[in-house]
Amino acid sequence: MLDKSTIDSLRKRSFDLRIDNLTAIATAGNGHPGGTLSVMDILQTLYFAEMKHRPTEPHWPGRDRLVLSKGHAVPALYAVLANAGYFSRDLLPTLRRLGSPLQGHPANFMLPGIEASTGSLGQGTSVAIGMALASKLEGDKFRVYSIIGDGESEEGQIWEAAMAAPKYKLDNLVLILDHNKGQIDGFVKDVMDLDPIADKWRAFNWHVISIDGHDYQQIGAAFDEARATKGKPTFILADTVKGKGVSFMEGKIGWHGMAPNKEQLEQAVAELRAAKEKV
Amino acid sequence: MGAPAQPSTGTSKASRDSFGEAILRLGETHPELVVLDADLSESTRSGKFAKKFPQRFFQMGIAEANMLGAAAGLALSGKVPFCCSFAAFITGRFDQIRMSVCYSAANVRIVGSHAGVGIGEDGYSQQGLEDIALMRTLPTMAVIQPGDDLETDGAVEYLMTHKGPAFLRTTRQKLDRINKDGYKFEFGKGTTIVDGNDLTIVGSGGTIGPAVKAAELLAKDGIHARVINIHTIKPIDAQLLAKAAKETKRILTVEDHQITGGLGGAVAEAVSELEPVRIKRHGIPDVFGESGTPEALYQHFKLDAAGIAEVARKFVG
Repeated sequence: MLDKSTIDSLRKRSFDLRIDNLTAIATAGNGHPGGTLSVMDILQTLYFAEMKHRPTEPHWPGRDRLVLSKGHAVPALYAVLANAGYFSRDLLPTLRRLGSPLQGHPANFMLPGIEASTGSLGQGTSVAIGMALASKLEGDKFRVYSIIGDGESEEGQIWEAAMAAPKYKLDNLVLILDHNKGQIDGFVKDVMDLDPIADKWRAFNWHVISIDGHDYQQIGAAFDEARATKGKPTFILADTVKGKGVSFMEGKIGWHGMAPNKEQLEQAVAELRAAKEKV
Repeated sequence: MGAPAQPSTGTSKASRDSFGEAILRLGETHPELVVLDADLSESTRSGKFAKKFPQRFFQMGIAEANMLGAAAGLALSGKVPFCCSFAAFITGRFDQIRMSVCYSAANVRIVGSHAGVGIGEDGYSQQGLEDIALMRTLPTMAVIQPGDDLETDGAVEYLMTHKGPAFLRTTRQKLDRINKDGYKFEFGKGTTIVDGNDLTIVGSGGTIGPAVKAAELLAKDGIHARVINIHTIKPIDAQLLAKAAKETKRILTVEDHQITGGLGGAVAEAVSELEPVRIKRHGIPDVFGESGTPEALYQHFKLDAAGIAEVARKFVG
């Protein structure tokens, strides 16, 4: 369970991370604000309160691993990794620039801290399964996390992975769905309805937990429950808001893949700073 | 170059069998060796490993995309996974190989068995005929197609230490031994199996045995073919091929694969840049494979010794 001071510091940091993320995307001139803002609270809880890892020793064999399968949300991960000390925050504005290790979608061999290259959707959970199998071979040495998106769940490979992880009783694997209900062409329910999502994963023999993906108490409790669950992998259905934290982006499909311009960035930063003051 | 290297014995073995024995042998001394299969472990010959090392064998079901991703995850965690299925099926999951394996710098060994029309009766859907072309395009991917049991064993042993992803293409049909006892596999190196200066025949995998026999037939007609065996199609031994181009003026490539993008393509690319000569790409000529016995199919596509000799005669004449 996360204590009050941890939750307070997560909450405070959440505004800074959102500002770093949006600033990098705005500087690049393109990117995916909506899905980075929806996943941010889950991501930073992983890195600041859940996973065992060493930012100054990114290849430490005993580290827990995250595979960000929804690779288009990687600016959020870059912001988290930079703030955790993997690399300098000065790198963030190089996002998507020629020669930058901060590729538009994650490239593991270019940036320590990125565990697998992703961006073609549907694949990261399978990679996470392989890591979890390796961990089991070494006496459950580390835990593995994977984050997928709603639209991504339309990929067939997701359901191949859904079958495989319970077969191997991968209780060291936690899959989180950033359920923000939007994808490029519209609302998920219109593009390809996923409901009933929790029932589907339950039917595939996963331990399913439903939470508010912006409530740190609930995120932390879900990770605790996953750790206490033996013999099967855990699926966390995290209800999130696309564009979370920026009034004019929240719930708007249009912000899936469009960078804010200078004025919009200024407004977003002002909103986030004001919200941080109130905490 | 001395006399043609004669096979040391009459050994004849499918490279899938040699592969199965090699992982069984190497599994003893390499705890990092793990194997994945997609419900074809009997056919790919990973099955014996599964019985001997059940903890290190992962039966992933008929779900090749997930299998490839899992192999990448195992590789990224320090294992050396051999990920097995039919060449046609596994390289069909190109996107997964492209991103989860290659772009993730994962040391996955993709083993595609049932190469070419040499598998016989099952027909086109099961015949790996475009796999080399697909795998060759991917940055960092090595492509290896062994031509006999000694090469297969050597290649698998080499792959325990190779850095980067690799594709190993094996056959269902038996391959006559073309190498001598004491053979050492050298990654990226072609070998001259038969010497000659009238033309060069380049074979690989299932076609190298017939190519050697074709050279014997041609010799009876006074045509002295050089036969080069290319087990590493990527990176290809461009220097050896350029030398052969210079000395023999003509190159005939013979492959159980589409002539587009495979061995012939790789040879043509290398030679045309270094020592341009006439090249004839012989193989599956941009058509689908079909059902038939392996022998009938090799005859039909002129991949048997008589067929290769016939194509060579026309090419030289």
